[in-house]
Amino acid sequence: MGIYSTLTSIEGELHKCMKCGNCQAVCPIYKETRHEVGVARGKISLVEALLSGETEMTEGLSERFSLCTTCMACNANCPCGVRFDQIILAARAEAVRQKGLHSGKAIAFGALKRQGLFDLGLKVGSVFQGVALKRIPGRKSGSRLRFEVGIGKTKVFPNLAKRTLRSELPEIIRPAGTAKMRVAFFTGCMINYFYTDMGKAVVEVLIENSLEVVIPNGQGCCGIPASVNGDVESARVMAKRNLREFENMGAEALVVACSSGGSAWKHVYAELLSDEPKWRALAEKWAEKSYDIAEFLVDRIPFKEEGLGRVERKVTYHDPCHLNRGQGIYAEPREILIKIPGLELIEMKEPGRCCGMAGSFSLIHPELSDQILERKIQDIAQTHTDTVATGCPACRLQLESGVENADLQEDVVHTVQILAESYRAGKLEPGV
Amino acid sequence: MLAESMLRELREALGSKNVLSETEDLLTYAYDATAAMRRKTPDVVVAPKSTEEVSQVLKIAQKYGLPVYPRGSGTNLSGGTIPLEGGIVLSLLNMNRILEVDTENLTATVQPGVIIQDLNNEVAQHGLLYPPDPGTVTTATMGGSVSECSGGLRGLKYGVTKHYMMGMRLVLADGEVIKWGGKTVKNVTGYDLTALFTGAEGTLGIITEILVKLIPAPEARKSLLGVFDDVDKAGRAISAIIRNRIIPATLEIMDNMTLRTVENFTHAGLPIEAEAVLLIEVDGYKEVVEREAALVEDVLQQEGAVEVKVAKDEQERERIWFARRSALPALAQKKPTTVLEDATVPRSKIPEMLKAIREIAHKHDLLIGTFGHAGDGNLHPTILTDERDKEEMARVEKAVDEIFQVAISLGGTLSGEHGIGIAKAKYLPLEFGEAGVRTLRRIKEALDPQYRLNPGKIVIRKE
Repeated sequence: MGIYSTLTSIEGELHKCMKCGNCQAVCPIYKETRHEVGVARGKISLVEALLSGETEMTEGLSERFSLCTTCMACNANCPCGVRFDQIILAARAEAVRQKGLHSGKAIAFGALKRQGLFDLGLKVGSVFQGVALKRIPGRKSGSRLRFEVGIGKTKVFPNLAKRTLRSELPEIIRPAGTAKMRVAFFTGCMINYFYTDMGKAVVEVLIENSLEVVIPNGQGCCGIPASVNGDVESARVMAKRNLREFENMGAEALVVACSSGGSAWKHVYAELLSDEPKWRALAEKWAEKSYDIAEFLVDRIPFKEEGLGRVERKVTYHDPCHLNRGQGIYAEPREILIKIPGLELIEMKEPGRCCGMAGSFSLIHPELSDQILERKIQDIAQTHTDTVATGCPACRLQLESGVENADLQEDVVHTVQILAESYRAGKLEPGV
Repeated sequence: MLAESMLRELREALGSKNVLSETEDLLTYAYDATAAMRRKTPDVVVAPKSTEEVSQVLKIAQKYGLPVYPRGSGTNLSGGTIPLEGGIVLSLLNMNRILEVDTENLTATVQPGVIIQDLNNEVAQHGLLYPPDPGTVTTATMGGSVSECSGGLRGLKYGVTKHYMMGMRLVLADGEVIKWGGKTVKNVTGYDLTALFTGAEGTLGIITEILVKLIPAPEARKSLLGVFDDVDKAGRAISAIIRNRIIPATLEIMDNMTLRTVENFTHAGLPIEAEAVLLIEVDGYKEVVEREAALVEDVLQQEGAVEVKVAKDEQERERIWFARRSALPALAQKKPTTVLEDATVPRSKIPEMLKAIREIAHKHDLLIGTFGHAGDGNLHPTILTDERDKEEMARVEKAVDEIFQVAISLGGTLSGEHGIGIAKAKYLPLEFGEAGVRTLRRIKEALDPQYRLNPGKIVIRKE
């Protein structure tokens, strides 16, 4: 039985913890609250108390379990190799089994299970978003909430796209000439609904590299927001739908441009479906050919360097937790960036430090999320760059909000967008 | 059950977000980093932001007759912060400001919640150093390390926390505030309370401000590794280095069991056949470092090292110290429970102590890896066990008893740097005799007659 099915599955991880407290050095939440419950060691002791019967599952306990961005910095710093991300996911799943899902999340994940309904809701949303959100004057994108709904008013949200990426692009896109390979693109929700520019850049770069791109229409939410919050049943439904749709279309490789989506395909689906052998086998098959876009371009292809034009940008790169620690991808995006002529890469102090977004965490704990973000923005400001590159739309949302609120003149983009920009520039340059 | 009125008074004094009283929070203050300790949940956790607020907490505690357990990051290894009798846990983490770095008098003034590494990052900008560096340097607080008198890897040359203490502000058990010491190197005014409160483990007063000495950071450093096929030879090499009037900043030892475990964990290319390795670092001016490193290399060879490696660059240096830093984590991964001791002997007795530990391990059929600060005689025999195995834990206890007996018989001490806390309180008569323990008790009762502060640690109340 996997971590999503039973709490006892992580007993081994719990026994590894020797309570040394090394996690305190790197936990972004603990740095802000300085409460033991904020750090891995504290929540491990709560799970232990739960398993020993010293306490039972309460609303309060489930609230404490929400205090984790799953950034995995504690995993990396743990001398005993404790996988705290596994512990917290198992604890949240247990909380949902015993206490049910927070009502707001229940509605959201319910809708995501039925993608059509969700699409309609967001379509209506894109028309009416002005009612709740106020566009920020002088910016081409981004809005703030007009009124307080319990998630803070400071956060700047990207505007919903007029047309979703998947409705805008055909299901199959062929390059000029013969395609080297068929690549399936899993867009993820944020790219589909908000950051269609990122999705288009992915397609543009793949086509530029003579690859055929398929974007299965039936794909939906990756399921991570549900699994991370313990709604295992919804997550399983979403995992199966995606596996089915991609298996139907078939492809030699699957790419994602979003760190949650990458984690889902590479790790989470097989774990979620570990009790159903047939589904699990399918999940493992796709896990093997799933790539983050930067990983795919550097390690699998490798991407075409002729035709790259000058991009005069000073760039700093923010490592998304689930790409860096989650998938071990930190060198590849940098490798892409340094190959772009005219681009200067300037590292910030702690590029691997969590930005505080962590999906719904930023909605449940807006103040904490903002405090964590503030440190990141200070580090960015010190680089005196004009562009922040990252590998995840969720980080992009958070960083854009932070940059806007700090009045910094930085573009926040996905690495692949800069690569697309460079290919485009190359076409305009004489003799390249 | 806690009086509602007391909670109200605490909230009024500190603000409600600095008073935790829900079970889900309290459960996380029932332990610290000490292995195999009974957990005990406090009744309330408070996190004051100033000396005045600490004083108010103590007055409220006095009014309601509750014990107060000061706590920093809870990384100590002696049960020093476990709230044995419930009551109030007083977290000092909200007092985390560096108040001053005085580059003319070479001092720093900090609040107790400052993390040691944060202080060092700050003073490094001025080319200065605060030398005490316990293994928990990135997590432990200044207040905690002063209260435990932490040591670390640089003890041999630079001493330990107490050698850097110049003064402090304190809140006494009844809430009264005193200030002691100052920025002058010389100060013989009255009893040396700064020395008394350093290492007092929070049983005599709560430290709310700390004045420490800083030193110029050394310009250069060089690391060496000496491999020995015999523990005695390694021991003689330690003495020979010192006899040659070289005081390395760091002089560490790892035994065979530790070596094998570390190599298995890190694959750093350690000599797993060796009976012991010495890891040495000299620091200071560049020229001095070159001369001393060469001398150390000669001495190691003369004393029969089968191999001597000198780190040629920062990368090789890092590899040596990575192996040393991996000792505890590597050992800890072998078994669920890691009992880490710190019995300490005069450095000339290191080979005898190592042998005795090996015999004890054999006698009680236990896994014990030993590594530690050989240069200052502070070893860390590390017993790998499983606290769920009651029968083995009984043997562990016997082994620990014997380790302490040997250490004391060799002219050593129960604890070099981890403190007494709960874990070692019962062994005190072994070192001091009853008269010594009575003296500790008279000091405790003079300053804290009600046993308000961290009761159950060091001095046990007489029934």
